[in-house]
Amino acid sequence: MSSLVKCPHCGSRPREEFTVRGEVATPRPVAGADESIWFDHVYLRDNPRGQHREYWHHSGGCRRWLVLDRNTVTHETSNVVDASTLKAEGRA
Amino acid sequence: MTSFRMDGGTLIDRDDVREFSFNGEKLRGFGGDTVASALLANGRQLVGRSFKYHRPRGILTAGAAEPNALLTIGRDGRRDPNTRATMAELFDGLEARSQNCWPNVDFDIGAMNGLLGPLLGAGFYYKTFMWPAAFWEKVYEPLIRKAAGLGRASYDPDPGYYEKCWAHCDVLVIGSGPAGLAAALTAGRAGARVIIADEGAQLGGGMLAEGSMIGGKPADAVLADMVGELHAMPNVEIKKRTTVFGAYDDQVFAAVERVQKHLAETAINPNRAMERLWRIVAKQVILATGAEERPIVFGGNDRPGVMTAGAMRTYLNAFGVAPGKRVALFANNNQAYQTALDLEASGIEVAAIIDPRKCPDIDYDGKARLIAGAMVRDTAGRKVIKSIAVRHDDGRDEVIAVDALAVSGGYSPIVHLACHRGAKPVWSDEHVGFLPPENCDGMVPAGAVAGNAGIASCFVAGAKAAVSVLGVLGLTGEPASLPGLEQVDDIAQGTVAIWSVPPSKGKAFVDYQNDVTAGDINLAMREGYDHVELAKRYTTNGMATDQGKTSNVNAIGILAQNKGVSPGEIGTTTFRPFYTPVSFGALVGASKGFEFQPVRKSPLHGWAARNGAKFVETGLWYRSSWFPKDGETFWRDSVDREVRNVRENVGICDVSTLGKIEIFGADAAEFLNRVYCNAFLKLPVGKARYGIMLREDGLVYDDGTTSCLAENHYFMTTTTALAAGVLTHLEFCAQVLWPELDVRLASATDQWAQMAVAGPKARDVLAKIIDDDISNEAFPFLAAREVSMFGGRLTGRLFRISFSGELAYEIAVPAGYGESVADAIMVAGKEFDIAPYGTEALGVMRIEKGHVTHAEINGTVTPADLGMGRMVSVTKDDFIGRVMNRREGLLDPMRPALVGIKPKSPEDKFATGSHILKVGDEVSLANDQGYVTSMCYSPSLGHAIGLALVKGGPERYGEEVVIWNGLAGTSITGILCNPAFVDPENEKLHA
Ligand SMILES: [Zn+2]
Repeated sequence: MSSLVKCPHCGSRPREEFTVRGEVATPRPVAGADESIWFDHVYLRDNPRGQHREYWHHSGGCRRWLVLDRNTVTHETSNVVDASTLKAEGRA
Repeated sequence: MTSFRMDGGTLIDRDDVREFSFNGEKLRGFGGDTVASALLANGRQLVGRSFKYHRPRGILTAGAAEPNALLTIGRDGRRDPNTRATMAELFDGLEARSQNCWPNVDFDIGAMNGLLGPLLGAGFYYKTFMWPAAFWEKVYEPLIRKAAGLGRASYDPDPGYYEKCWAHCDVLVIGSGPAGLAAALTAGRAGARVIIADEGAQLGGGMLAEGSMIGGKPADAVLADMVGELHAMPNVEIKKRTTVFGAYDDQVFAAVERVQKHLAETAINPNRAMERLWRIVAKQVILATGAEERPIVFGGNDRPGVMTAGAMRTYLNAFGVAPGKRVALFANNNQAYQTALDLEASGIEVAAIIDPRKCPDIDYDGKARLIAGAMVRDTAGRKVIKSIAVRHDDGRDEVIAVDALAVSGGYSPIVHLACHRGAKPVWSDEHVGFLPPENCDGMVPAGAVAGNAGIASCFVAGAKAAVSVLGVLGLTGEPASLPGLEQVDDIAQGTVAIWSVPPSKGKAFVDYQNDVTAGDINLAMREGYDHVELAKRYTTNGMATDQGKTSNVNAIGILAQNKGVSPGEIGTTTFRPFYTPVSFGALVGASKGFEFQPVRKSPLHGWAARNGAKFVETGLWYRSSWFPKDGETFWRDSVDREVRNVRENVGICDVSTLGKIEIFGADAAEFLNRVYCNAFLKLPVGKARYGIMLREDGLVYDDGTTSCLAENHYFMTTTTALAAGVLTHLEFCAQVLWPELDVRLASATDQWAQMAVAGPKARDVLAKIIDDDISNEAFPFLAAREVSMFGGRLTGRLFRISFSGELAYEIAVPAGYGESVADAIMVAGKEFDIAPYGTEALGVMRIEKGHVTHAEINGTVTPADLGMGRMVSVTKDDFIGRVMNRREGLLDPMRPALVGIKPKSPEDKFATGSHILKVGDEVSLANDQGYVTSMCYSPSLGHAIGLALVKGGPERYGEEVVIWNGLAGTSITGILCNPAFVDPENEKLHA
């Protein structure tokens, strides 16, 4: 696991300051979306070997939700962005 | 002092005489000594007994790799078992004891294990004690544990203080031999922020053992100049006695600094850490960890008096200690000859140099007899070495009398840190050792770890490495130089691999600490465990506390030799942190005893304590659980009284631990509407509303009240347990799901002291301190707004909400005013017989009222299961959990749902967790109807009551059931009922 995570707001911070929520699943469906889409959103998770897009919370820092890639093989983290940017890209 | 202490010794201070004890015997050493050097100076070659066979053991090395000389140092809480005598600095009054010997190190009964040798060979754990099974537990294991083992930890608490720190630097230099010093000087002069860490008490590494001149100056003077310059540079931080023991991702290195471990107890500053655990974040790293000299595997190679050649040279030059009077050297490389030269220069007789190379290419001009093409096959001597048996090239055997033997089987670069993140070291035939991986992941190896040999070449390599990392940092620097040194190329070592010598009668040890012999490794191979990882586990080679620093490469060499392949093909076992053992004290740091975890105290803690509260830990909080009065000896005496007093008069309860979240923003109402399953959009200013939050899977997450204090300003309360979780959840919703909403969240849990004032006389009490009109008309049930208090001197927030079911208010004031306001309420309430009540009474009253907590909100229930299905909005477009809450299974009317439960006979009791069965049904999982989630004795009703989740519960009020307690072996008849035991019509609430 990365020892340091590059928070876009706080810089490189020790990983103990962060809390992992899990995979960035399918975007939250719009109201009225089909149930199967909801099921995928709530339950369907990949378990990839390699890059894994995850939600991390800087709970012991700026308290922003972040999205980053964690390599499940090397545990390297990269491409950290504020999670609020996902919605505009249709990914949250 | 003794005949073993010579003149010289660059590290010791002869004016500083230090007394210490070894196995109770008083001995003397000097400041600068290690325990090992002091023992040797006192002629103590035998210092311990080996792990399995209890063989006499001496001091093999002069550094971190020591496998034999493990002592217990100190006593009581300061007792450190398994301390390497070679690393422990001598202080006045030090007490050292041998381990693993009984009755004493000189006469050890366990040495009979030597006779049991055949039973303790490779894989003995798996073979010898297989049958009968009961024998393992009752006979073998206790015996082996008693006989085999290391020092024992103290049962006393360590009085020392430990701490953890972070450090940041441009360049971390690990190791302070010639390469490390050159790197630190080069980087330091260029202005980089440098940390140079070394596990030794002094900087210098291999230079400390260097007796010769460097560029016309004594080596120790050259060293002193360099260290002096480093000390003078403000951008260079020197960390002595600091072992960098782990390399982690993102260039974070863990190190332990032994701040005061080397001091006498009287000199320890109790306000300073004994040890410090560092995490060092380094932009660039220079690995200058040096190389470990390997022993040679021959019969009797573990006899006290056998020592690595480099160690012998260190004891001689740095500590002024003679290893013996007549010494032999057994070496397969050129560098080791320096030991013979230095011994002779000190006037010690070198009886012979035994070199397995037929024609060693070396300019040796000493007096010792050089026996080329020969090997030491065995040693003799009872507790210390008396002679060696040499097998000549022509097959002739010769016994040579010696009292010490220097051994050198080549050098193993200390590559551990370069491999901690998974990279594998690379075998080099030229160096006869494993070199650091090609890609060291941000580390630049320099010096002996990279295969350099000789002070000059290591120095040049270190300086060059520093210049290269300065370039990466965007700095420029000149490589430091060592004046007067011409030869800068690696000294030719000429090492010829020699993994084991032909067998003899004596045991030939590979791993000294775990007593693994060449025979064990051969046996493991014959039995099919020839993979390096399997051989390791089968023989336990390399699995002791020294992690095979002196043994792993020899074991790999033996495997390779037997299989006829290169050691590179065998490969190494996995390198993992920690490089050397780290004390639990350092790892725990300050988190022990009272400081183990933070204590959260309510702003009303002092008030509660003054009123005699008994506190209970709930998470980090200390909550007042009941307030015993004189004469109340049993907790329920107090709780029952507190409940009755609230129901009849008035009580005051600290509810400050509830989570409190301030919510602001133009879209705050819309936000709340989406996070609660019930409607919040039209909550008017001045009103509170009970809300239920679902998870996205449709199950209940948390409940609480949220009040609208002003337009676009809301105040949410959560349960105590989920205060942090709810805030995190709301932040996720606000930041990720709906970043377009204008909403801001701030935790205010610790900012407000909040108390519930409940009971029929609650209004009478509060009216005395609140200026505003709080009559039922002006301030009805669920009113919530700021109020003026104490004639305008304080503004508080008043909420007409009730957990107890009584006429009740919660009043919140800024935390700092909490205790004064609580005191004032007690004074105002005296005429109404106010009494404080705690969380126990609160719990009783909520069960009496049928209110749920996380005993019921257990992650499996929907609002409907809790009897609040109608709260779930059917008109809102969207809220968290809306879709999944309607899944078929969650709508099943036979789901377990909330009911009240009471015993048929009022005198009967039952327990939380009891299961509910239909009368007459057999006890089985299939017949299970549900279980009791909460229960209490109800003072208001005079019997036990409970809440339960029961299949189809609300349809079954009045049904007789069995309340079955499998743990206690009891079952009673109960009756299902409405969970609102008290005031089901809510008349009291609205009074
Ligand atoms: Zn941050």
